[in-house]
Amino acid sequence: MSKKKGLLDFISENTFIHILLSIVLGFLVGAIFLAIMGLSVGAAYGRLINSVTSLKGFSYVVVYSVPYIVAGLSVAFSFKTGVFNIGAEGQFVMGAMGAAVVGILLPDLPKPVLIPLCFLTAMAIGALWGVIVAALKIKWGINEVLSMIMFNWIAFYLSNFIAGIPAIHNTGSAEATQNISANASMVFSKDFIKQAGLAPTANWGILVAIAVMLIVWFIIEKTTLGYELKAVGSNRFAAEYGGINVNRSILTALSISGALGGLAGSLQLMGMGQRISIFSSQEGFGFAGIVVALMGCSNPFGVFIAGLFYGALIFGGSKLNLVGAPTQLVNVIVGTVVFFIAISVIFRYVKYLKKTPKEPPKPAKPSGGKEVAES
Amino acid sequence: MSKEHVDMKTPVIEMRNIVKRFGDFVANDGINLTVHKGEIHAILGENGAGKSTLMNQLYGLLKPTSGDILVRGKKIEMNSPRDAIDAGIGMVHQHFMLVQPFTVTENIVLGTEPRKGIVLDMKAARRSVVEISERYGLSIDPDAKIEDISVGMQQRVEILKALFRGADVLILDEPTSSLTPQEIVELIQIMRNLTADGKSIILITHKLKEIKESADFCTIIRLGRYIDTVDVDTVDENDLASMMVGRKVTFQVDKPEQASGKVVLDVKNLHGVDYRGVEILKGLNLQVRAGEIVGIAGIDGNGQTELVEILTGLRKGTKGEATVNGVSIFNKSPHFGFEHGVSSIPADRQKHGLVLDFSIEDNLILQNYGADPYARNSILQRPAIFSHASRSIEQYDIRPASSEKRPAGTLSGGNQQKVIIAREVQNDKDLLIAVNPTRGLDVGAIEYVHKYIVEQRNRGKAVLLVSFELDEIMSLSDVIDVIFDGQIVSSIPGKEANENDLGLMMAGGKRS
Repeated sequence: MSKKKGLLDFISENTFIHILLSIVLGFLVGAIFLAIMGLSVGAAYGRLINSVTSLKGFSYVVVYSVPYIVAGLSVAFSFKTGVFNIGAEGQFVMGAMGAAVVGILLPDLPKPVLIPLCFLTAMAIGALWGVIVAALKIKWGINEVLSMIMFNWIAFYLSNFIAGIPAIHNTGSAEATQNISANASMVFSKDFIKQAGLAPTANWGILVAIAVMLIVWFIIEKTTLGYELKAVGSNRFAAEYGGINVNRSILTALSISGALGGLAGSLQLMGMGQRISIFSSQEGFGFAGIVVALMGCSNPFGVFIAGLFYGALIFGGSKLNLVGAPTQLVNVIVGTVVFFIAISVIFRYVKYLKKTPKEPPKPAKPSGGKEVAES
Repeated sequence: MSKEHVDMKTPVIEMRNIVKRFGDFVANDGINLTVHKGEIHAILGENGAGKSTLMNQLYGLLKPTSGDILVRGKKIEMNSPRDAIDAGIGMVHQHFMLVQPFTVTENIVLGTEPRKGIVLDMKAARRSVVEISERYGLSIDPDAKIEDISVGMQQRVEILKALFRGADVLILDEPTSSLTPQEIVELIQIMRNLTADGKSIILITHKLKEIKESADFCTIIRLGRYIDTVDVDTVDENDLASMMVGRKVTFQVDKPEQASGKVVLDVKNLHGVDYRGVEILKGLNLQVRAGEIVGIAGIDGNGQTELVEILTGLRKGTKGEATVNGVSIFNKSPHFGFEHGVSSIPADRQKHGLVLDFSIEDNLILQNYGADPYARNSILQRPAIFSHASRSIEQYDIRPASSEKRPAGTLSGGNQQKVIIAREVQNDKDLLIAVNPTRGLDVGAIEYVHKYIVEQRNRGKAVLLVSFELDEIMSLSDVIDVIFDGQIVSSIPGKEANENDLGLMMAGGKRS
């Protein structure tokens, strides 16, 4: 009994162990499903691991991961500052479309100008998407989660609409935009990719992801802005009492978070997609960002690792049908992992209920050791 | 107080040499407690001394590491509150456990409802509730809903709940912490009625005055250790305080005479509304001069909350003017007020005073995080923030020591308050607004808080003290302003105040 409780304590106190355990459990549940379907667990997981550990496979994973990492950072940033950016999906879509429009309509700008311009456009539009929601919240007290979900759909249909405008619509039969200019693409040169044996869409987006990770960490941990945002996030009343402008803080937090969401979209476009298709349902990069932020505990470095892990699962999962296992298995695993991570809240609550000294332990020193005049 | 009602030959509860450990931490270290039939037995100790831990063991919520619990001479193993209830022990927790939309009767019978066949017999339930409440003078409306009745009434429901389950021993955990003075008087009367009928009461508290007024015996616990059990008639409040804290405690605040200076805070014809939009400040006038403490005495709900919120920028007033050193702070932001000389110790330290998730060092710079030396070019300067915290922790005796990086939420209430005081005093503003600065603190911490408030006054600062503790107002204030119905109705020198007159003025009965 006491040993079991000790283990529970250990798990709920050690975030890293907790997440690791959740991942293990995710794979275990996945294995159960495989077994039920009569498939070999070893073959499926072997395939999953093999497909991501070769050089080429790993380069795929990196390419897949970049948008997840940056979308995850966007959501993580919002978590740290006490708002829940469930609108990363819409910011992602709008950011990608913004970058696509610039990348298609200004094809002749030189690379060093066009690429940053695409990034900036994507970030500006993403930020705008966040700021509108923040403004609705501040001005009329509209719940940000509600309006964000609606803005996700607005973004979805708006993107489909823009993709159909003749000026940027694909001239061929594809239901998509034209490809962006080669000057806006981040993909390495064909020769280099061939020589090095990398994935055909290998690009340097990962460097941007690393830079964003460092910047987010720096803002949150090192700057007065981060201090303000975190203060508002954990106790807006005390923050207000202390003189911090709470509304401005929410506006800033959502605009930064939105800019990151938009940037994630442009990275996906300029790295992998090259064009934007007309979709029949939401792609879900932004929603994946929520999962990644949760797995990474909203810590920028954790989010980076979680994004790589997520990318590996998605890429590896796409190879599962080669051994007869359904690709959806990956969703089972991811769902289970998130479920167990979310359960940590319950773990802690159970512990809180069991933890009996309601009053905090006092230091060993007797109180008031200064003037000892014992009665 | 005579002890006729106490049957000294019949011990009801005996706790012998109780030890309770949580890991390495010893919360109770050999505690003895004997409670007789008809006795009110107070358990006194600072916050965190181990009082609640001890009572939770008696009520079956915790199991002792070692030691025996005897009820009416018989050794009993308490595995759950059920066992305690069966043994005739009832507990009223500090935070009530009532179902808000249910009626008083429904709450009292919850879990032990009288039945007729399979149908609830609410009539019988109501009858027995009325019967018990009349027997002990606990008058209450059995059909009122919990959400509609006052905190004092809700407490009666909790007491009735325990009595309905046949409790002979009642444990009351900090029963007065959320009651008004009038409700406290009534509670003490109820406790007397109960003991006259042969019930026993264990009173957990750190309020000395109430122990003197109500208890027969008092057991003192300090840092988890048993100190002594005393006959309350043979000791005074000073003795109790010294035993509880472990050193001499002075209630008298050392306050040298000094002439007050120029007007710092000047409030003229202030109007404002409360959260419902009802006008609650009706042309309030108030002045606080440099080097004086002005105490606002009044019954809760007469506008003091709104007054403070307007002065600290959290609420907009509807009309009037408020200036600090001649600069208007009326309807400005909290930051504007801070920049122009206002610092404050807020009423709710966990809501307004601290960011509990933040470390102590970060809480200590809540208004100054952007200023040199804590930040340069918008980059936080961690070494400067840390050394500022180290100095503050030492100078203001914040415990535990070396807690710069600890989240403020892990500190005890008294130490949380010290963090706020360290911050606000070091802000060194001309006006300090302190609202119920000692609420929920034990005497050791209260003495400390008072010392710093008076020190600010002695340094020539203006202090506005708003408190529901009349004793606090009377012992600290140079001037006492009585607030009633949104106005200051009387202003009297602190030295001339007495409790009776103040009470009358607070009720709107007398003006001077």
